[in-house]
Amino acid sequence: MRRPTTAWAALAGNPLRFLTSSWPWRSWAYLAGSSLTGLLALVVFIALVLVGIVTSLLVIGLFVLASLPLMGAVVGTLERRRLRLMAPGQPLVPSPHPPIVGKGVRAWFRQRRREEVPRRELGYTVLLAVLLWVIDLVLSVNAVLITVILALSPLLARFDQVNVLMWQANTPLEALPITLVGVPVAYVVFAYALTAVAAGQSALARILLGATDAQLEAQVGALRRSRLDLVDAFETERKRIERHLHDGVQQRLVALTMTLGRAELDVPDGPALDLVRQAHGEAEAALADLREAVRGIHPRVLVDLGVEAAVREVADRMPMPVSVDIALPRRLPAPVEAAAYFVVSEALTNVARHADARSCRITGWIQGEQFVLSVADDGVGGAAVGRGSGLAGLVTRLDALGGTLGVDSPSGGPTQIRMECPCRIDP
Amino acid sequence: MPNRSLRVVIAEDLALLREGLVGIVERGGHEVVAAVDTAEALLAWVHNDPPDVVITDVRMPPGHSDEGLRAAATIRAEHPETGILVLSQYVADAYLSALLEATGSGGTGYLLKDRVGHVREFLESLDRVADGGMVVDPEVVRQLLGRRRDDGPLSGLTAREREVLALMAEGRTNGGIAGELVVSEAAVRKHVGNIFAKLDLEPGSDRRVSAVLTYLRG
Repeated sequence: MRRPTTAWAALAGNPLRFLTSSWPWRSWAYLAGSSLTGLLALVVFIALVLVGIVTSLLVIGLFVLASLPLMGAVVGTLERRRLRLMAPGQPLVPSPHPPIVGKGVRAWFRQRRREEVPRRELGYTVLLAVLLWVIDLVLSVNAVLITVILALSPLLARFDQVNVLMWQANTPLEALPITLVGVPVAYVVFAYALTAVAAGQSALARILLGATDAQLEAQVGALRRSRLDLVDAFETERKRIERHLHDGVQQRLVALTMTLGRAELDVPDGPALDLVRQAHGEAEAALADLREAVRGIHPRVLVDLGVEAAVREVADRMPMPVSVDIALPRRLPAPVEAAAYFVVSEALTNVARHADARSCRITGWIQGEQFVLSVADDGVGGAAVGRGSGLAGLVTRLDALGGTLGVDSPSGGPTQIRMECPCRIDP
Repeated sequence: MPNRSLRVVIAEDLALLREGLVGIVERGGHEVVAAVDTAEALLAWVHNDPPDVVITDVRMPPGHSDEGLRAAATIRAEHPETGILVLSQYVADAYLSALLEATGSGGTGYLLKDRVGHVREFLESLDRVADGGMVVDPEVVRQLLGRRRDDGPLSGLTAREREVLALMAEGRTNGGIAGELVVSEAAVRKHVGNIFAKLDLEPGSDRRVSAVLTYLRG
């Protein structure tokens, strides 16, 4: 038989199992903790209000008063952690707050200060500070006190008469039955009472402190957006670097080759002309190197003419024949174009390096809302996304766009790399 | 070296390159009528006083996309006698296709900017375009040839015939090809005939560059 994982199940189950389980003890610990939290919240609340009112003349008090709702977030955070006591082995109750960026208490306060504390969290805090802590305190203290008194009644009977309900005992011997009967009865009664109250209260806390579906969806949406923003920022930065190289350095080099070209016509035959020619050749080599580097960053032809032209350019530079068949009714969003370009670039580089392929075929088409791109070769196969290939980075990139990258490459070939990505990007 | 002094208008938005181009064209003994930095200014100059040749960058303000190509189409429509030499930053034969569609093949050139540094060849290209010829950058031709290498008909050509085909695509005349390959012009004529027969192209010398390029573009 499996151990019950909720207090309700434990209460409803085999009494003997329940009484010997950790549930009564957990429940007591939970309620005792609640009473402390509630009492502390009340004290801090009153203290803050007093300090706030007194110092409000110095303006600073207004800030103190304005920060009162933050107590809800503090209590909520603490209580969500404490709920684990009543749900052993289960994950933490999801927080209605967005995740904290950064670490430490200061980061926590800096971020939470700017958020609105959910009303339900505030409600639970007020309930805990005003009512629940009193109930919990009475119950948890009495449970200990009464049981201890019953257990010690023979000892107490030596000093005074002991009265329990209608039972009177004047000597330790007379009080012995009180202990023998009273302690187990008290244990049973309090075990059930504590667990029932703790179960009810933790269920209430779970409802009031946990995130609603809408809040969770909002959090997931925010995460998706921030991931897209990241990819976007990455892309923008690459474009900026590319433009800088393209419009700056590259143009200067072209101008340099022009000047050297003119010089070649004017300089008379001799060692000087040889030097000018050499300089011209070196300038052209530098230009070629730069062009190659820019291509890896963000090719201009991709920005200007789109995926098909850019893919064709890559394909034309390959040592093996590559056929390109990409049919697109319109331009794709820039991040999708970039992803497609780099998938082709990476895949073809791998084919040229490892596949020993005779030919390669690139096809791209729109299928419903998806852009599908396939790079297939007739090489030896055995390609994988891992193993330090550049494809791994592209998988992450596509993931952020809601797309996928599949590699089908049995040993012996053929290999097909297939990218799918939504044509529209909605956060 | 130049067979005649040409009147040239240059359109290039980057000052550094514009000055370099002016220097090279003037070094060739030609007259630079105007050097402008937008397609609009180019069109205005050509409209008022059509030059012999226009040299234009593909990308220019404001859009930095294909303003130069669109200006080329307008100029060809308004002044068919003006030669157009388009300079491009990269090979992208999509530009070449657009240019050929817009201007036909006569008096048109498509060169990479890197080519301008080879001043002698560049000035020769300028003359050819002014004379109504066609010039295509060797790098562009190389890529076009590379793309069709897996096809049947091209693999049926001999090595020499492929060389002739590449030079034809660059816009060379039979005489030019003969000079380049150090063979007789009659031999070149024979190769050209074989190529046209093997590729099943219409023989005829006036539009052969465009026929070859159209074939290569597939």
